[in-house]
Order: sequence, then structure tokens, then C-alpha cells
Amino acid sequence: MIDFINLYLVPALTLGSIYALGAVGISMIFGILRFAHFAHGDVMSIGAYGVLTAVWFIPIHPLLLMPFGGALAVFSALAADRWFYRPLRKLPTIYTVIASFGVALILRSLMQILWGADNQVYVRGVTMPVVLFDTFRISALHAEAIVLTLIIAVALHFFLTRSRTGRAMRAVADDPELAAVAGLDTEKVIRWTWVIGASLAAVAGVFAGMDTDVHPNLGWNLLLPMFAATILGGIGKPMGAMAGGIIIGLAEELSTYNWIGEASLISPSYKTAVGFIIMVVLLIFRPQGLFKGRLL
Amino acid sequence: MEWTGLLFYLVGFLIAGGIYAILCLALNIQWGMGGLFNAGIAGFFAVGAYASAIVTTQASEKHLGGFGLPIPVGLVVAAVVAGLTGWAVAKICVRLKSDYLAMASIGIAEILRLVIVNESWITNGSLGIANIPRPFDGLVQGRAADFVFLAVVWAVVAMVYWMSARLHDSPWGRTLRAIRDNEHAARAAGKDVDWFRLQTFVIGAAIMGVAGGLSAHYFKFLSPSATEPLLVTFLVWVMLMAGGSGNNRGAIAGGLGIWAIWSLTEIFTNRLPPELATRSSYVRMLLIGLLLQVVLQKFRSGLIPEKSPPVRFDGNSP
Repeated sequence: MIDFINLYLVPALTLGSIYALGAVGISMIFGILRFAHFAHGDVMSIGAYGVLTAVWFIPIHPLLLMPFGGALAVFSALAADRWFYRPLRKLPTIYTVIASFGVALILRSLMQILWGADNQVYVRGVTMPVVLFDTFRISALHAEAIVLTLIIAVALHFFLTRSRTGRAMRAVADDPELAAVAGLDTEKVIRWTWVIGASLAAVAGVFAGMDTDVHPNLGWNLLLPMFAATILGGIGKPMGAMAGGIIIGLAEELSTYNWIGEASLISPSYKTAVGFIIMVVLLIFRPQGLFKGRLL
Repeated sequence: MEWTGLLFYLVGFLIAGGIYAILCLALNIQWGMGGLFNAGIAGFFAVGAYASAIVTTQASEKHLGGFGLPIPVGLVVAAVVAGLTGWAVAKICVRLKSDYLAMASIGIAEILRLVIVNESWITNGSLGIANIPRPFDGLVQGRAADFVFLAVVWAVVAMVYWMSARLHDSPWGRTLRAIRDNEHAARAAGKDVDWFRLQTFVIGAAIMGVAGGLSAHYFKFLSPSATEPLLVTFLVWVMLMAGGSGNNRGAIAGGLGIWAIWSLTEIFTNRLPPELATRSSYVRMLLIGLLLQVVLQKFRSGLIPEKSPPVRFDGNSP
């Protein structure tokens, strides 16, 4: 039982937190700008590299250097929006999807040019897990990821329900024409969407990079489960996307547990397929997601 | 000696260019005529390649196979398997906004890649399938065989082009463009939008499978790395957008044109010192990504823009 918690549940929650933070941005962009942002994974990787570079110069704990990663991710997202997405805004959104596909490639090649294609780590050496109650072991990274994600979720909830900007964002996501008629500044809302989406993506990217290592495909490889989380939570529902991310993370990790007999239920090499299967089932039976999101 | 080298380079270039042209024609049916976003071209390509390879190779203990069937049968099987895969994806997504089709198609490409790498009893995993036959293998020896294969590839290009042109000019093609340009109007005119989209996606996916099969027979060897997801999918998108989506000639022109740029820059970067050579391959990727953005913003209609087929009146009708 304790093995289940230590080896499956905690890593699952960590993975779920990474998906949750990434999916928030995808869900908000999908809700407000109406397109599936294929470059979101690469925005995550950019954030991870921003922190990696900061660690080279200031050798302290990577999480304390998060602002550098966040700034770089926000900058690249805003630049992509300014140069590549905004000129296409009047066209059918599918053109923006194609553009974001191209932006994913542009960001990835930039990372390969600037930082190389190799795997890199933030801090060398092995950190010992913290042992609580004699048997409960949790690595510092997993604890940090889970706790920080919880804090971000609460903060995001209050931002979206209490602040003026947050409420404007929800209004635009619900009904863009009505919001524009009511005098909301749509471009400002869009800017905020990118700022929040990209900075949370950067946090997710750093966690993912600390969990394994940093490489240019880091975020791209996580894109599919994050899309699944977005659809699961309902498009345009940031809190739903967070819940969706946790669920997808749990489903992926726990599907490899030996529920029946000795062998793991699903071979670990097919772990990443679990999120996709969930997405397919949702698209067939409940495309609006668990929490009544929009169906675009 | 110099000249024969150049000649064989040109033959290899035209073979690969022909395979890309087939992929572009297939994507042109899906996107150019039907307006459907397929982000999983590499997946359909890979399925076709493996299907044709397995059906045509001699028995081997390392992977599924031993059917030893003729190559045309292999290509037909490739089309059927890729078409069925496309059917499954499209069936789920056609009724939703095209973004969902993009997500699902990229997902299916990823799943197929996982299956190809992991199920080594079918595909021999990362070691790959060897000894895949080429058409007219016994007929010619040595490097002259490349000329024969070149003819085979371009015969297939011609067939696909002819079929695609017929589709484009037919009432079926007109309905597709109507759906693409105004879904609601087409629905109001009594067209079964989802059914048309499903057909479009399946036809495109089947042709992509044939292209995959051809590439397996060309290289005679197939491993998961042959289906590098990004390169295939992305290059084909850039080719079609630059060539002119909606126009079959534009699709072929874009395929050859972008493939020429891609191969020529490779010759150039290969002459650089190794340290710079790897970096400059990323620069090429970056430039291709930027090229797509330029095309999207400035020349959406591409090199050879779409042209509506002439309307022909039948003399006898009132």
C-alpha cells in the first residue's frame, strides 16, 4: 500500500500538476482566441531553458529563478502572437492553428540553435527523498510541484472570480461579441491570456525539466496529454483544465500499476497513449468535457 | 564520372520529390478541397510503409510477414490500411471544429509511432524491416534500377494527379468546396456535410499510405526513424501552402519546389565543418517554419492559385 503511494500516487500527482499547469493556458487560449495552440508545449520548453540559463549564472535553487523562465516564455508567446497570430485573426481560426504548428517548429529550432539538442540538467547529483512517518517517502521536487500547483490553482481561482481583468477574461471566453459590445478591451484580455498561459506553462516546463531533464522536445512530448486535459476539463474553463490535468496524470501513471495480478495493467511504454484514449472517448461521448465547457 | 554522379543525384531527388508530390496531392484533397486539417501525415505515411513492407517481404523470424505478395498488392494494402486508420480518426472528429481533427490526427500519428517502436513482433522494433523488394527487381541490375523506380513513382504521381483532377472537377469536388467555403449553406442545400468530409479524409489518408509504401520499396529498408513525424508532416504542409492549396498542379509544383530548396541547402550545409553542420540543419528548420508564416500571411493562394473548373453546359439541356 505504501509502495503504491510512494511509487505511483505521488509521481502521478506530480505529472498531473505539470499537465494541469500547461493545460490552463491551452484552455484559456482555446476559449478566448478560439484555436488549439500547438506551440504551447514549446513555450513550456522555452520557460525551462530560461531557468536553465539563469541557473548557470546564479547557482541557487531553480524554482527561485522561475521569473527568468516565465519572462522568456511570456516574451516568446507575446512575440508569436504579435507577428504570427494577430495578422491572421480575421481569417478562419484554422489558419492560426497552422501558424501555431509553424511556431512550434520555429521555437524548437531556436532552442536547438541556442542551447543545443542534448539533454541537460538543472543540478547535478541525486537528492535524497524526504521520509515522513517512517515509510512515506517523497522527493523534494514532487512535494514542491504538488504544493506550488495547489497554490497557483487557488490564486488563479481568485484572480478569475474577483479581479476585473479575470472577470473580463471569463466574459470574453463566454461570449466574445457580447463582451466587445459591453466595451471590454479584447486586445488587453488577449494579452493577459498569453501572459498567464505562458507563465504557467513555464512553471510546468521547469517541473518537467527537473523531473527528467531539459531537452528541446520536452514540451512537445507533453502536448497531447495537455490537449486531452483541456478537453476533459471543458474548453475555456481554466479550473476544469487543472482538474483535467490531474485526472490525465493519475490515469497515465496508475494505468501501469499492477491492479490485476503481477504484471502492470498497461505496459509503461504505452503510458502516453492513455491520455489520448481518454481524449478519443470524450470526443465521441462528451465533447464538451466533464465540466460543461464550450463546444467550439 | 562527375556527370553520372550528378545524374544519379537528380534521379534520387526526383524519386523523393515524386513521393512528396503524392503526399501533397493527398493533403490537397483533404485541406485544399475539403478544408480538413491533418497534422498526422507522418502516421498515415508510416502505416502505409509498414503495411506494404510486411505484405511483400519474404518470411522472416524477426517480424510479421512472409506473404511475399506482389508489390501492387502491397500498395493496395497500404492504401486500405491507411484509409481505415483515417476513417477511424475522421469518424470521431468530422462533426467537431477542425481543431479537434488536428489534435486527434497528431494523436493517432503518435500512437502509431508507439506501436511501431514497441510491437517488435510486427515491425522488428527499432531494428527495422530489411529486404523489402523493389518493383521490377530482377529486370535491371545495379544503379540503373533507380531509373526504373523513378518511372514507377512518377507513374503513380500521374495516376494520383489524374484521379485528383477528376475529383476536383466533378460534382463531388464542387460539393466539397461548397462545404469548405460555407458549411451552413451547403447543409441547407441538402448536402450531407459529415459524410463528404469523411470520404475526403479517407481518400487523402489512403493516398498518403501509398506514398509511404512507395518510400519503403525505394529504400528497401524500413525503421521507425524513416517516419520522423515532424519532418514529413511539416514539410508537406509547407509544400502545399507554398504551391497553392486547392490546385493539384500547385501541389506538385510546391512539392518539387520546396523539396529542391530543402535538398540544395542540405548540400550546402553538409560542406560546413561538422560542428556547424548540425546547427545549420536547425537553421534550415527555422527558415522552413518562417517560410510557412510568410506564405500564410502574404501569399495564401500560393504559387499556382486555385482555379474553379470551367462550367460546361450540355447542349441538350434546357
